Amino acid sequence: MKALLLGFAALVATPAAAQTVAITGGTVAIGDGSAPIQNGTVVFRDGRIVAAGQGIAVPAGAMVIDAGGKWVSPGIIAGFSDLGLLDVNGVEESNDSSARTSPFAAGIDIAPAINPNAVMIGNERRGGITRAIVTPSTGGSIFAGQGAVIDLGVDADPITRRRAFQFVELGEDGAQNAGGSRPAAYALLRDAFAQAQDYRRNPASFGGREKDSLLKRGDAVALLDVLDGKTKLLVHVERASDIRSVLALKQAYPKIDLVLVGAAEGWMVARDIAAARVPVIAGALADLPTKFESLAATESNVGRLEAAGVQTALSTIGANTAPGEHVVKQYAGNLVAIGKVPGSSGLDWGHALATITSGPARAIGMDGEIGSLRAGRRADVVIWDGDPLELSSAPVAIYIDGRAQPMQSRQTQLRDRYIVPSEGALPKAYER
Amino acid sequence: MRVRTSLLGRAGFWGLMLSLSACANGDDRPQTASSRDTGGDAVAARRYARDPFPSTYRAYPGVPTLVRNVTIFDGEGARIDNGQALIADGKIVAVGSSIDAPAGATVIDGAGKYLTPGIIDVHSHLGDYPSPSVRALSDGNEATSPVTADVWAEHSVWPQDPGFGRALANGGVTTLQILPGSANLFGGRSVVLKNVYARTTQGMKFPGAPYGLKMACGENPKRVYGSKGREPSTRMGNIAVDRQTWAKARAYDRKWTKYENDGGDPPDRDIGMDTLRGVLDGEILVHNHCYRADEMANVIDMAKEFGYHVTAFHHAVEAYKIADLLKQNGVCAVVWADWYGFKMESFDGIGENLALLQKAGTCAMIHSDDENGIQRLNQEVAKVLSSARHAGIEISDAVAWEWLSYNPAKALGIADKTGSLKPGKMADMVLWNGYPFSVYTRPEKVWVDGALLYDADNPKLRPVSDFELGLPGAGDVK
Repeated sequence: MKALLLGFAALVATPAAAQTVAITGGTVAIGDGSAPIQNGTVVFRDGRIVAAGQGIAVPAGAMVIDAGGKWVSPGIIAGFSDLGLLDVNGVEESNDSSARTSPFAAGIDIAPAINPNAVMIGNERRGGITRAIVTPSTGGSIFAGQGAVIDLGVDADPITRRRAFQFVELGEDGAQNAGGSRPAAYALLRDAFAQAQDYRRNPASFGGREKDSLLKRGDAVALLDVLDGKTKLLVHVERASDIRSVLALKQAYPKIDLVLVGAAEGWMVARDIAAARVPVIAGALADLPTKFESLAATESNVGRLEAAGVQTALSTIGANTAPGEHVVKQYAGNLVAIGKVPGSSGLDWGHALATITSGPARAIGMDGEIGSLRAGRRADVVIWDGDPLELSSAPVAIYIDGRAQPMQSRQTQLRDRYIVPSEGALPKAYER
Repeated sequence: MRVRTSLLGRAGFWGLMLSLSACANGDDRPQTASSRDTGGDAVAARRYARDPFPSTYRAYPGVPTLVRNVTIFDGEGARIDNGQALIADGKIVAVGSSIDAPAGATVIDGAGKYLTPGIIDVHSHLGDYPSPSVRALSDGNEATSPVTADVWAEHSVWPQDPGFGRALANGGVTTLQILPGSANLFGGRSVVLKNVYARTTQGMKFPGAPYGLKMACGENPKRVYGSKGREPSTRMGNIAVDRQTWAKARAYDRKWTKYENDGGDPPDRDIGMDTLRGVLDGEILVHNHCYRADEMANVIDMAKEFGYHVTAFHHAVEAYKIADLLKQNGVCAVVWADWYGFKMESFDGIGENLALLQKAGTCAMIHSDDENGIQRLNQEVAKVLSSARHAGIEISDAVAWEWLSYNPAKALGIADKTGSLKPGKMADMVLWNGYPFSVYTRPEKVWVDGALLYDADNPKLRPVSDFELGLPGAGDVK
């Protein structure tokens, strides 16, 4: 039984750090929107992709992994998650995703809190997730703080990019965060930006340490990076008119580097979003008027956005995240499915895969580094026993930065312990 | 692989119709003055109404339809390749490999497609937690007391929830049970609905379906009431309040049974106790939200103590740990495919839960508990099949379909009416545009009682609830 489960992984030796690895004979999906390549080769060395595609020579001395009959893709990037920020969502003591009573907001930096040993990281890695955009949630302000890009590897350093973005709520949630209305959220935003500029002009005279100051010094510093376009501003809005208002911020703050998150009604303003060259991290399959701000939600949103030229990525925002982040591959597969439904707008297979690989990488400005099997990218590679978007497939080998990852998780251990539910010679506590 | 053809005779068909109407109306009589008469009529006269909000659902008209050259999962474990299915007058007429289309029947070529029973979701909050999710419409938890057996979910259901239409068109869901939430130990009565829009909830009620009682274990009741500084604030408090309540219900049952049989002064009515008495008398089915293995075991013992049966544990994230115990006690497990880790009591969730239950021979099925998940229950089962096969557990596709229709029908007490493609049953079925356990497949046509209520090729057969009418996106593909 266990030998069967370990099958392919056991055959794949762990490459030494500097060793060249060539994965041959598999169906290779680059992740950049292109169609999958039959009988392709992927070569990586020193944690980076050397080459991927057809007709690639296997370098002399390379460790060769035969992926005949299998698929090879870049690792999946969770587009908007809390991986590493908590152990159990509903257990407050374990949850670092938001801080309702903290005096700080924009200045919050989640990086020191990321725990690479969090059990969900191991479980989701086994589902093919190798990187994640991790964001704090808002507490007492419209600003949630600075998120990070992480890897899900079994090592002590999970951070790929610290302070990768600032996250702000400007829709219904933002209205609540700001005291009860959208205008109050915009007042807060403009005042915070104005104060940050005050701080730049004269740090010595800037308060920010009084008990009742509206903006702390750390918040001001963080927002200056946003105003200067050094830190991306991820904005969660759903309603078409809210999207227009966010795009209009560029007039007052020309350097801000916007990314829309959610955007359920994005299809209604797709041309404006495309013209502003703002990427969207979408809620994928949101098709219900869950709130008044998402009345026009449809599963065709992503297809219509892409057709209008908007760069999109998928995420679990607005969805129940109880299944874990690995469901984004199911979402991507569904976007292919609706392409067959009359009147619906879906994606072709290559672009669907891109929404969970190079799409999120591009949205966060890191597609030169992660998200595809193009040369020079970090060697985050998954070998699957079938089409990665299909429900019947699962990873058989996973590499992060070129390092082979374990194929066991706490979930596989629970499964193996209870594959026969009754107790044996000793209690279950002795089976492991 | 079995291939069968069977036809239902006229007598069987009308017999079924008669029993339906008997179920719907037989107990609905007004209470009259007490009497010492112990005759049948007198006993009946002393009974309070068991069905005061009767179903007014009527099947919409359909046309005799033959689907041919199609792969069929019949819902009871059989697969028919290159099969045929004939429906007429709202019923399944015949399912098999060679059926002649009656003159005038609509013939649909199902080449490359699959035909299955309509999906039944045993755990939904559509209508009582509808979209939009605003406080004014949040009617799923009467969270003012841990014991609210007196509330009925049907009185919260908003029949204009856009979620019903999505579950039909994207999910192929034809029947669903709407439950109260899990804040309370005794959450109240559930209601079983046909997934057909109506002006009233009565117009959606599944004729003849028994009621259910929602109960809850674990974190939710103890958190909700503990935070209000009242019992229960612990798991032991949960069971203590449960047992005290069942003890009262037994006394209520005794008094009312004595009165109904012997007459005398009628006892005071207690609307909540009516429901618990219905459980003790076996008329109302218990659907118990419960995550942890040890808590399910406690509930099983409690049910034995007070003489009732738990039909199913819902969510049952740890059911795989006690698959044998559940089987031994005839209790079903109603589960998700892969939800885990979102709260402490779900920490041990695994994707093989349903597969391990099936392997052990335990009654098990899928559920959504989610307005999005209900649109993809076939995919949820596909994920279970994948987990099973990767763990070396072989379960056929046709058997897996039992988790989507027949087992839920059994848990709802309606398996004689729907849940499988058997002659004489309601023609609730879905034609899928491909292999239904593929992520690339969607419903193409959905029939409820033989009426075609969704057709991907016909924009006019795309329901738009009152709420959505005239709002952005109304009538769009969803």
